Amino acid sequence: MNQDLLAALVPALPLMGAIILASLRRKLSTNAAGGLATALMAGAFVCSILLFMGFDATTGGRTVKLLDWIHVGSMEIPLALRIDALSLTMMLIVTGIGSLIHLYSIGYMHEDERAPTFFAQLNLFSFAMLMLVMGSNFLITFIGWEGVGLCSYLLIGFWYKTPEYNYAARKAFVMNRIGDVGMVLAMVLLFQRFGTLEYATIMDAATGFNDPMMIAATLFLFIGATGKSAQIPLFTWLPDAMAGPTPVSALIHAATMVTAGIFLTVRSSVLFELAPFTQDIILWIGTATALIAASIGLFQNDIKKVLAYSTVSQLGYMFVALGLGSYSAAMFHVTTHAFFKALLFLGAGSVIHALGGEQDIRKMGGLKGHIKITFLTFFIGTIAISGLPLMSGFFSKDLIMAFAFDRSPVLFALLLIGALMTTFYMFRLLFLVFYGKYRGNAHPHESPLSMTLPLMVLAVLSVVGGLLNLPHLFGGHEAMKHFLMSAADGISNESLELSHVTEWTLMGITTALVAVMIYIAYGRFAQKATLEGNEADMPFFKRLIAQRWRVDELYRALFEKPYAWLSTNLFSIAEQKVMVPIMNGVGAAANSLGDGFRRLQTGYVSFHMLAMLAGLILFLVITLMSN
Amino acid sequence: MEEGIITAIRIVPLEHYILLSFLLFSIGAAGVVFRRNTIIILMCLELMFNSVNLLLTAFSAHHSDPRAQVFVFFIMLVAAAEVTVGLSILVMMKRNVDSVDVNQLNRLKG
Repeated sequence: MNQDLLAALVPALPLMGAIILASLRRKLSTNAAGGLATALMAGAFVCSILLFMGFDATTGGRTVKLLDWIHVGSMEIPLALRIDALSLTMMLIVTGIGSLIHLYSIGYMHEDERAPTFFAQLNLFSFAMLMLVMGSNFLITFIGWEGVGLCSYLLIGFWYKTPEYNYAARKAFVMNRIGDVGMVLAMVLLFQRFGTLEYATIMDAATGFNDPMMIAATLFLFIGATGKSAQIPLFTWLPDAMAGPTPVSALIHAATMVTAGIFLTVRSSVLFELAPFTQDIILWIGTATALIAASIGLFQNDIKKVLAYSTVSQLGYMFVALGLGSYSAAMFHVTTHAFFKALLFLGAGSVIHALGGEQDIRKMGGLKGHIKITFLTFFIGTIAISGLPLMSGFFSKDLIMAFAFDRSPVLFALLLIGALMTTFYMFRLLFLVFYGKYRGNAHPHESPLSMTLPLMVLAVLSVVGGLLNLPHLFGGHEAMKHFLMSAADGISNESLELSHVTEWTLMGITTALVAVMIYIAYGRFAQKATLEGNEADMPFFKRLIAQRWRVDELYRALFEKPYAWLSTNLFSIAEQKVMVPIMNGVGAAANSLGDGFRRLQTGYVSFHMLAMLAGLILFLVITLMSN
Repeated sequence: MEEGIITAIRIVPLEHYILLSFLLFSIGAAGVVFRRNTIIILMCLELMFNSVNLLLTAFSAHHSDPRAQVFVFFIMLVAAAEVTVGLSILVMMKRNVDSVDVNQLNRLKG
C-alpha cells in the first residue's frame, strides 16, 4: 500500500474511532464500543508495522504533507507528518501498547455505564499522542501536546462524581499548562531565530549556533518537558492522576504521554547539544527527581501511588540520560519502561479488579494463590523494573548508569541509590500484595482473558525487550541506537568509553546490591500478617519522606496561599475601594449632567422650532464661513 | 403666450423678487416660531414654501432655465401632502387636548 496513505491512516483511525464512539456513545454496548476502539487501534498498529517494514533507515526519513495549513507571508506551517526512526519507534510503542490497553479496558470497564465515552476519550488520546510524535513541526506536535493534556484531564476526572478526582484532574491540567507556557515561548524564540517551525529545517540550520538564545530556547523546551513528564518542580500532578481508571494510568501516565517530554528533547537533540548549560540542568533535575520520587515510593500504601512515584523516578532516569547526551539510552529506557510499567499498572488493575476496587496494600496479601496469571506477570514486571540480569530494565538502566559513571562516579552512586530504592519499593509492593496472609475480606477472583492476555504479551515483552538494543558486551550490536541515529543527530555524538572490565564490575556491583535489597525486603514484608503504618510514630526524617517531602504543602504555602491573599486583598481594596467608587462616580456624573441638560427639553413646540431654526442658521453660517 | 408671461416676470428686476421672498420667508419663520395657534403655524409654513416657490420661478425666468419650475411642482405636491398630514394632526389635537394652542402639547418636557 501507498506509504503516505499508511502514514495518514495511523492517526486517522483512532480519530475516526473517537468521533464514532462519541456520537454513538448512548447506543453502543461496552463490548461493541471497546471492540471497535480496540480494532481501530490494532489497525493503526498494523499500519505502523507496515510503515516500519517499508522504512529505509539510511534515507533518514521523510515528510508526508497532508495539507497547507498556515501560509501567511513568509510563515509556512503545513499539516505534515514526519516518518523517521524516532517517530516510528514512538508510533509502535503508542499503537502497540495502546491496542493492548484498549483490549484490557474491555474487561476492566465492563461494569461502567459510561464505558463508550471512556473508549472515545481513549481513542482521542491515542490520536493526539500520534500527532505529537508524528508532527513534522513544533506546531503539529504542540496540537498533540495540548490534545493529550486535554484527554489526560478528561480521563483522570472520568469518575467525575468524586470531588477529589475532579481536583486531581484540575491539578494535572494546571501543572501541564505551566509547562505548556514554556513550550510556547520556546516555539516563539525558535521561530524568531529560524523563521520556521519545521524540525528538519531548524535542526539543519542550528548546527554551529552558539548563543544565549539557544540556552533560553532549550530551557523553555525543558520547562515544557518537566510539565508533561512530571519532573521537579512540576511532578506533583502525576501521583494524583492515579484517580483515573487504571488502564488510563497505564497508557497515559506510564507508557506514553509522560514520555512526551523525552521525545521532544530527543527530537530537538541538536539544539540541546548546543546548550551544555541546559544539559547540566536537565541532568541534575533528572537525578533529583529520580531520587526524591523513589524515596517517596518507599512509604506509599496505595498500590497505584507506589507505581506512580516509580514512574516519576524512572522518568528522572530518562532525563539523566538526556542530560548526559545519551539520547539512545533515554529512548531505550522509554521503550522498556513502556513495556514493564504498562504491565505493572495493568497487573495492579487486575489486582484491584480481583478485590472489587481495593487499592490499599495493607488490606491485600497472599494473593499469589488466587490470581496466578496476574501474580506471575506482576512478578516479571517487578524483576524487569528492578533490573535483574537479562531483563529489559537491566539493559536500559544499566546503559544509563554506564553513561553516568563515564561522567562521574558520584552521579553513578546517586543513581545506584535510586535503583536500589526502586528494587526495594517494588519488592515491598510485590511481597505485601502477593505473599503472606490475606488481610482483607473480599473474595479474590482472576480477571477475564481480555485482561490477562495483554498482561501475558507485556510480560513477554518485558523479558525480551532488552534485545532491542543489546549491548556489544552481550554479543549484540546496539540495534536501536543505530536505528535511531538516522533521526536524531545528537545520537551520533554519543560516546561511551568504558573498558569491558569496568562495565562488568559496575553490573556486578549493581546486581549484587539489588539482590541484597530483595533479601531485605523479603525479610521485612514477605510474611507480614498485619501492617502497622502510623506516621506519627516515625522519626522526623522518615515521616517527612512518608509525607511526600511535603511538596504539596510547600506549593500550597508558596503559591496558593499568596494567591488567595492577593485575591482577597484585590477584592477588598482594589475592587471595593478603588474600582467601585470610580464606576459609581462615572454613573453619578452622567446623572447630574443629564439633570442639567434636562432643562433644555421644555416641551414647548415653539421653543424647539426656534432651536431648530437657530441650528440651521448656525450650520449655514459655518458652511459659508468655511468657504 | 408663454413668452409673454416670462417677459412680464422679467420686467421686475431680480433683486425685488429676492427681497420679497426673503420678507415672506422671514414672516413665515417668525410666525412658526412665535405664534401659538397651530392653524396659523400651518399657514406660516405654507407661506415659507411659497416664498421659496416664488424665488425659484423668478430665477427660472431670469436665467431661462425651466428646470427650477419642475421643482416648484414637486414642492407644491409635497406641500399638499404635508397640509393633509398637518390638518389631521390638528384635528387629533383638538380632540385630545381640546385646544389648538401648540404649547398645550408639552408632555415631552424633560
